[in-house]
Amino acid sequence: MPELIEKLSFFLEFPFVRYAIIVGVLVSLCSSLLGVTLVLKRYSYIGDGLSHVAFGALALAAVLKVTNNMVIILPVTIAVAVLLLCTGKHARIKGDAAIAMVSVGALAIGYLLMNIFSTSANISGDVCTTLFGSTSILTLRVEEVVLCVVLSCIVLLVFVLFYHKIFAITFDENFAQATGVNTTLFNLLIAVIVAVIIVLAMNLVGALLVSALVVFPSLSAMRVFKSFRAVTVAAAIISVMCSLIGIVVAILAGTPVGSTIVAADIVVFLLFYSISLIQGRDA
Amino acid sequence: MDDNIIPLIKCRQLTLGYGSKDLVRDLDYDVNVGDYLCIIGRNGSGKTTFLRGIAGLLKPKSGSIDLCEGLKRSEIGLLPQMTVVQKDFPASVEEIVLSAFQGKFRLLPFYGRAQRDRAMECMALTRTESLRKSCFRELSGGQKQRVLLARALCAAERLLLLDEPVTGLDPESAETMYRIINDLHKNGMTVVMVTHDVDSALDSATRVMNFDQISVKGK
Repeated sequence: MPELIEKLSFFLEFPFVRYAIIVGVLVSLCSSLLGVTLVLKRYSYIGDGLSHVAFGALALAAVLKVTNNMVIILPVTIAVAVLLLCTGKHARIKGDAAIAMVSVGALAIGYLLMNIFSTSANISGDVCTTLFGSTSILTLRVEEVVLCVVLSCIVLLVFVLFYHKIFAITFDENFAQATGVNTTLFNLLIAVIVAVIIVLAMNLVGALLVSALVVFPSLSAMRVFKSFRAVTVAAAIISVMCSLIGIVVAILAGTPVGSTIVAADIVVFLLFYSISLIQGRDA
Repeated sequence: MDDNIIPLIKCRQLTLGYGSKDLVRDLDYDVNVGDYLCIIGRNGSGKTTFLRGIAGLLKPKSGSIDLCEGLKRSEIGLLPQMTVVQKDFPASVEEIVLSAFQGKFRLLPFYGRAQRDRAMECMALTRTESLRKSCFRELSGGQKQRVLLARALCAAERLLLLDEPVTGLDPESAETMYRIINDLHKNGMTVVMVTHDVDSALDSATRVMNFDQISVKGK
């Protein structure tokens, strides 16, 4: 044990480890907060779909040789999020089908672009990194960390300010609209911040594992807690703890960061699921 | 009935529908202050569509729906049919009832004393105050409907719109629900209710609107 702590404090000396931890905590916090709303609105797969779109946009940015690829990734992902979340009930192609279509489409085109126009010698390595985020979180640059901190703070602020509105719309959009809440505006707002979170989370766990950050903490919290506020707070705590544990274990054991975090999330889900079973038997 | 009839909502040449399908066509109808209006008719006859129109959830294809007597959207309470999402929603009764105020206080990030008091009052009127801290998904069907009625009441200062409030309830819960709605109407609330339960509708309503005949009669 002492050696482990020594090893850990040795790693914490490095700025890239500290960056990874800052980004990890912020991204998992934001994704879990919005995750509760997405899961309850039956939009669990939106995270997955959007991350594939972000992957496609990333490939496009690489082909266009844009130095700051966020300039392309963020607007494209936001646009698709708005399209998917705001067309709602009256769209010609319904929710899940639209997500499936956009998601695999973007993934395929992204990979195609990367292959045709690649400048790198190790395409499959690049693709694997983007999809599973194996090391990208440990190679963050200062600008990326700053961008992440700023965007996360905006997301957190929006969430706290409009918490009650988000609850009202999640629980009953019709009622909220009938009593005068501008549901179109708030759905748009939710779509934009979801897209921002997905793009940020892609750095942490990679495109394929993003939806785990969105769904697992909220599903765990929902097993046990009975009010929306308790579920939201619990999801945030669970998500941050799992990310921290995941990053530390990944560094110490040399495992891929993204999948280690998701593994921690799965363990916590199983734990909370068992607690809910025990509670259910008592009741 | 009062002799001087004051319209609260005026529909003129109203056509409502989805896509190319019209469910309500060229309807002229007034909902008056103090009405207990029951809307009956077969499935798909346009009852709920009409209610959604009044609630402002559906824009008229043509014609108009006017709110009169200075009635504001934020003074209308709606009890919609329960959705799948709501049935297993992790939220406390209090959180749900309080959410009714979101249309009125646009920018406040928290609730004040006045709103909490009003919420308690509405929970008392619907006999849900003892469930205040309970989790919505663990309530019975009747309790859930009463909680949603309490929420509608918080928003409804003058007009209450109910979409099949007793569907799926056992007779006893339905009876309680009707009693609460009757009391509200006696205390001055204008009520518009879509229902399949024709007998009860004829019992307590002051007016009935039958979408099967689109003939409208007063009582």
